[in-house]
Amino acid sequence: MRMKTELNISDMHLDVLKEIGNIGAAHAATSLSELLQRKIDMHVPKVALVSFDDMFELAGGSENVVVGIFLRIEGDLSGSMFFVLPIDSANRFIRRLIGDPQFDFSTPESIGEIGVSAMQELGNILSGSYLSALSDFTGLKIFPTVPSLSVDMVGAIVSFGLIEVSHYSDEVIVIDTKIVEEDENDQSVDGHFFLLPDPPSYITIFKSLGVM
Amino acid sequence: MEMVKTVVRVGIADMNIVREPDTIRTSGLGSCVGVVLYDERRKIAGMVHVMLPDSSLGKGDSINVAKFADTGIYSLMEQLKAEGVRPMSLKAKIAGGSQMFQFGSGDTVRIGPRNVEAVKKELARLSIPLVAEDTGGSNGRTIEFDPAIGTLQVRTVNAGTMAI
Repeated sequence: MRMKTELNISDMHLDVLKEIGNIGAAHAATSLSELLQRKIDMHVPKVALVSFDDMFELAGGSENVVVGIFLRIEGDLSGSMFFVLPIDSANRFIRRLIGDPQFDFSTPESIGEIGVSAMQELGNILSGSYLSALSDFTGLKIFPTVPSLSVDMVGAIVSFGLIEVSHYSDEVIVIDTKIVEEDENDQSVDGHFFLLPDPPSYITIFKSLGVM
Repeated sequence: MEMVKTVVRVGIADMNIVREPDTIRTSGLGSCVGVVLYDERRKIAGMVHVMLPDSSLGKGDSINVAKFADTGIYSLMEQLKAEGVRPMSLKAKIAGGSQMFQFGSGDTVRIGPRNVEAVKKELARLSIPLVAEDTGGSNGRTIEFDPAIGTLQVRTVNAGTMAI
């Protein structure tokens, strides 16, 4: 399939994706706030067609060490989802969830089964609420796979989700969702939640939204 | 004249060449493979950051040669030849090819190991000896090559730094 010639992606298309991204983000933020008993805000600052290197820059640069949750989406759409958090923020989330103040992602031997499960559960809840909003809005059937966890460099983690896209192009449509935690100490979480549809799904999405 | 060292950066699906005293670097290799071709005597090296094993997998309009193991290594060799390097004097060092996550679908299954296999196949086809490698596992790598001494530094998050 030759994608580029068939599909001219305009600003209007990207705006529509931003809109559905914000709907998904609002749902996901509500779920996350309930889970963590904190006010979490999520919004979509950017939907853009970017190069792979620029995609890594959105998450702090390819060498930046993060806690990354990766899952695939399947069904009427296919694509990759990433939930990328700075180590400090991920630690705070998980410490609160499992009630262990010593928990630390930067010491691999201390992560343990519970920490991994808690982080995966966080990924499940985020992606589940995000995708169900997307599914309600588009009428498409979308299922997330079980999330996987990795603590490593952004480039190493995120490039895995670009493999599928790279068969078609050197650019990717990224729906970037910023996660901000508001609390009394004004600690903000600079986390990101990325949705990267596989290129054959671009047309499916736009058709379902009536813009193609 | 004082020589100022520059670090030449190679992005993902990208390639470049470098001469002493400069070094060449690519960061955040996961399932991708960083391939260095170098001429020890002339102190010149090239690096390509490949994402996919074979250019026949490309489904787009245009091909970015640096993205694939076969076309990437071949055109890196051609670039070095254009700089006056004899292919006979080239050696290779490689790093990367991790399996970052334990699942995948379609072409992402075993993508890291498949990239490494494809790189080795292309090096063998071009008769370029592979003298050192740090491949496989499930961790990311940042690599930097110094053509003056022919050393490849490999940095990881959890497994330290080493030189090959």
